[in-house]
Amino acid sequence: MQLEYLVSQFQKKDEKAFEKLYNMYSQSMHGVIYNIVRDNEIAEEVMQDVFIKAWEKADSYNSSKGRFFTWLLNISRNAAIDKTRSKAFKKSSKNLNSDYFVDIIHSSDNLGSKTDAIGIKKFVDKLAEKCVKIIELLYFKGYTQKEASEELDMPIGTIKTRNRNCIQELRDSVL
Amino acid sequence: MNINEYIQSGILELYVAGQLSEKENKEVYDLMLKHPEVLQEVLQIEAAFIKLSNSIAPEQPVAYSTIKAHLRNSNDKVIQLPKEKNRNWFTYTGWAAAVIVGAGLLWTLNQKQQLETEVTTINTEKEFLEIQIEDSKSKLAETKNLLNVIRDRNIIKVPLEGQAAYPDAYATVYWDENNDQIYLDLQGLPEPPEGKVYQVWSLLLDPLTPTSLGTIDDFMQDDNKIFKLDNANKSQAFGITLEPAGGSQSPTLEQLYTLGALASN
Repeated sequence: MQLEYLVSQFQKKDEKAFEKLYNMYSQSMHGVIYNIVRDNEIAEEVMQDVFIKAWEKADSYNSSKGRFFTWLLNISRNAAIDKTRSKAFKKSSKNLNSDYFVDIIHSSDNLGSKTDAIGIKKFVDKLAEKCVKIIELLYFKGYTQKEASEELDMPIGTIKTRNRNCIQELRDSVL
Repeated sequence: MNINEYIQSGILELYVAGQLSEKENKEVYDLMLKHPEVLQEVLQIEAAFIKLSNSIAPEQPVAYSTIKAHLRNSNDKVIQLPKEKNRNWFTYTGWAAAVIVGAGLLWTLNQKQQLETEVTTINTEKEFLEIQIEDSKSKLAETKNLLNVIRDRNIIKVPLEGQAAYPDAYATVYWDENNDQIYLDLQGLPEPPEGKVYQVWSLLLDPLTPTSLGTIDDFMQDDNKIFKLDNANKSQAFGITLEPAGGSQSPTLEQLYTLGALASN
């Protein structure tokens, strides 16, 4: 209810509503973008661009076509992937190996200061490799079910149910 | 459709990830409106993934103000801007009106207090004036009374002349014989020194017999210097001497200020 109202106000170019939405989602988008570009400065820049873009195309969002969060997630993933394909980015020769988001969490030394850190660590530690890959592809990289099933060599139906179980485990750990 | 089965299928997880077709998205949207448990499930999936992705962000995101600065720049193209301005105009007008009304109230309150103080002052002045009028009235009555006494044909006027002790002194006695009273006009006497009073004597001349009529203790306090004394004597003359406070048994003749005898004698 509250969220629906904020989103509709945002679409009417209400800056106060937009600020609230920014505070709700900017860190999450920063994380998603960072997972793709693996550079904090670039991630921050892209994240800002994403929100400015969102403000500009506020009209194009339609709640019947998906969640506002999902809409932002799409813009963020696309912007981040676009960034990795840019010439400037390629020149800087970032080490974009096949690391997953879990490696960021494992290697993060300041995670302890973040809220939910314990839950996240617990979740990541016991997460099956299949879960890591599914969440990485579907949420962080924006793969379709079909693309994910090919990547993971797994039937489409299995992707769907396994993803459900993985998210269920995440919810048990952090909510 | 069994809602529980629908939730268990994993379609809502894909919905949040943004991996459904447009048709499926619409279907989920409609079901969320109809079934609160579907919406609840979606919110939980969202919240869980937000927490996971939050933990990946290496730092807190920049403050909104940074973004806002960019929005202002990009706002130039936005048509809705005048609407925003309009709203601000109304807001400012509202605040301005509130401030004016508030200031007006304060001013009125202040004004009221000032007026109240003024009314109190004026009331005090009025009371003071009333007292003065009352004073004047009683003084006028007194004076009229004196005048009546002096004009009365039965009143015996006895001028008293200055004597050796104080040649410049003079006084007048108005004797109301019928009422056994005298009025003394002591305007022509100097102020008595500290510790001394004037004493008034009724005199019989042959042989010289003084009878004290009393001392004038409030000489200094009296404005018109007219004093009333009882006198039931068959006086032939009146004299005034300066005596120690409290008066003397017999007059101190060296301090005789004024003296006068009745004309008939």
